[in-house]
Amino acid sequence: MTEPILQARDLVKRFGEFNAVDGVSFSVDPGESFGFLGPNGAGKTSTMRMISAVSQPTAGSLSVFGLDPRTHGPEIRGRIGVVPQEDTLELELSVRLNLEMFGRYFDIPRAILRERAIDLLAFTQLSERADDRVEDLSGGMKRRLTIARALINQPEILILDEPTTGLDPQARHLLWDRLYRLKREGVTLIITTHYMDEAEQLCDRLVVMDHGTIVASGTPRELITHHSTREVVELRFNTDSHDGYHDRLAPFAQRLEVLPDRVLLYVDEGDETLRRIHEHQITPMSALVRRSSLEDVFLRLTGRTLVD
Amino acid sequence: MATRTDTQLGWSRWRRSWWYHATYYAQTWRGSVASTVLFPIFYLTALGVGVGHLVSAHTGLVDGQTYLHFIAPSLLATTTMQLGEGESLWPVLAAVKWVRSYHAAVATPLEPIDILVGKLSWVVTRALATGVVYTIVIGAFGALQSWWSLALPLIGGLITLAFAAPFVAYAASVQSDASFVAIYRFAIVPMFLFSATFYPVSAYPGYLRPVVQFVPLYHGVALARSAAFGEWPLLPTLGHLTMLLALAVAGVLWGRRTLRRRLVD
Repeated sequence: MTEPILQARDLVKRFGEFNAVDGVSFSVDPGESFGFLGPNGAGKTSTMRMISAVSQPTAGSLSVFGLDPRTHGPEIRGRIGVVPQEDTLELELSVRLNLEMFGRYFDIPRAILRERAIDLLAFTQLSERADDRVEDLSGGMKRRLTIARALINQPEILILDEPTTGLDPQARHLLWDRLYRLKREGVTLIITTHYMDEAEQLCDRLVVMDHGTIVASGTPRELITHHSTREVVELRFNTDSHDGYHDRLAPFAQRLEVLPDRVLLYVDEGDETLRRIHEHQITPMSALVRRSSLEDVFLRLTGRTLVD
Repeated sequence: MATRTDTQLGWSRWRRSWWYHATYYAQTWRGSVASTVLFPIFYLTALGVGVGHLVSAHTGLVDGQTYLHFIAPSLLATTTMQLGEGESLWPVLAAVKWVRSYHAAVATPLEPIDILVGKLSWVVTRALATGVVYTIVIGAFGALQSWWSLALPLIGGLITLAFAAPFVAYAASVQSDASFVAIYRFAIVPMFLFSATFYPVSAYPGYLRPVVQFVPLYHGVALARSAAFGEWPLLPTLGHLTMLLALAVAGVLWGRRTLRRRLVD
């Protein structure tokens, strides 16, 4: 059995009276990609900061590479890479210099940094922009440069806090593709996101966080199987409030969620359900049958949607 | 401490932070060099030679010196004060709030104290370089009278540190730059004007002299004059050094707290 590369037990982070992280436990194996899914304010970033050894746990135990971040901060930080939620690049300097200067923080000699910068710029598809000022890059390019920068010390764990927030779909897919490659090379990925598709795409295992606690954990498939049905029927009606449809639709589904703009019916056979609804002279403005997603898991567990 | 290996240089952590600042400056220095050389030349020509001509015509010597000799050392003191201020307020708030480059730095092996020491040692490095240029310019105007003048860059470094340390600490603790303009107008400019910079403290009425002598820059100006004239009265000199060192130490201790609070929690 391999030793976990990261392990937390009853981890707490308190700011004044507020428990940002309220007793979470998890463990991550080397090479795994592990996700924290939850809405803003769920405690994901606070957890990331403790793992990154820039924030001290208030209580509980945490070990990274078998080391305690309270006492071995510099050593741990030397072996991880961090992609923060907001880019912290030097906008006035060149792409290449951003990498080389940051690498010096890890005490790496310039000759090695030069080589690594070339490789990382190729890896993140920024080679042609190497001598441009960062200011002139697009949002997706800046994000990729931040990832390249986080890899300059060849980290064993890469921590990504909301890696694709604010990016257009094409930029997101390019970034995901790079992260798959890192994973194949054996880098352990720790990812926070409030996008369920990102969590499904990237994470081997994940925990769902809400109000500072873990409300569920498992593989994306396990979570969906345990906490949702196979399919979902989404119905929209021509009305100001969907509340009135609750009782009429309830008999058709194992479970029902009424959202402000639509009704979700949790069922095993979506098309069959839709047919029966039509038979009963219920005519929605639009109807959609889809597979259950982590969004549905989250809705089930917390009664709220992820992005609000 | 780290030892040198194939993939590590063995540099202490604060030195990496110093290097980062130095490399950044190496990319952006061009604008500041011309002003570093030209400003003291303009200043000494206008005030030392121009106004000095009037002073010598009307009152003769000032504290036993020509007016040019009297104000040249204070120019070095006021400039290094402004360097300490200018490098510390906005650049530090940018690094903790807007660009967040200090947040990037604490995600590496660096600790907040390494960033503080790296920053201050870099600002002092700049002060030493500025001090050398100013000493040469002042010498070219014939306003140096002692070998002690070689200590002028060091005194400039001490003045810069005495101001930079508390200003870095303060800038790391605020949420906006609203107070910075007030600091400049109501602290830096008055100190520049009234720290016995342009006339001796004996020009003030007796009840005002202790007030002037309480102002930090007054002590920097006095030390710079001591070096230029080669006169070191023991007790006043100790007082001046103590005042500036105390400011530097208090600033470092305060900055260690504010940077830690800002960057790690």
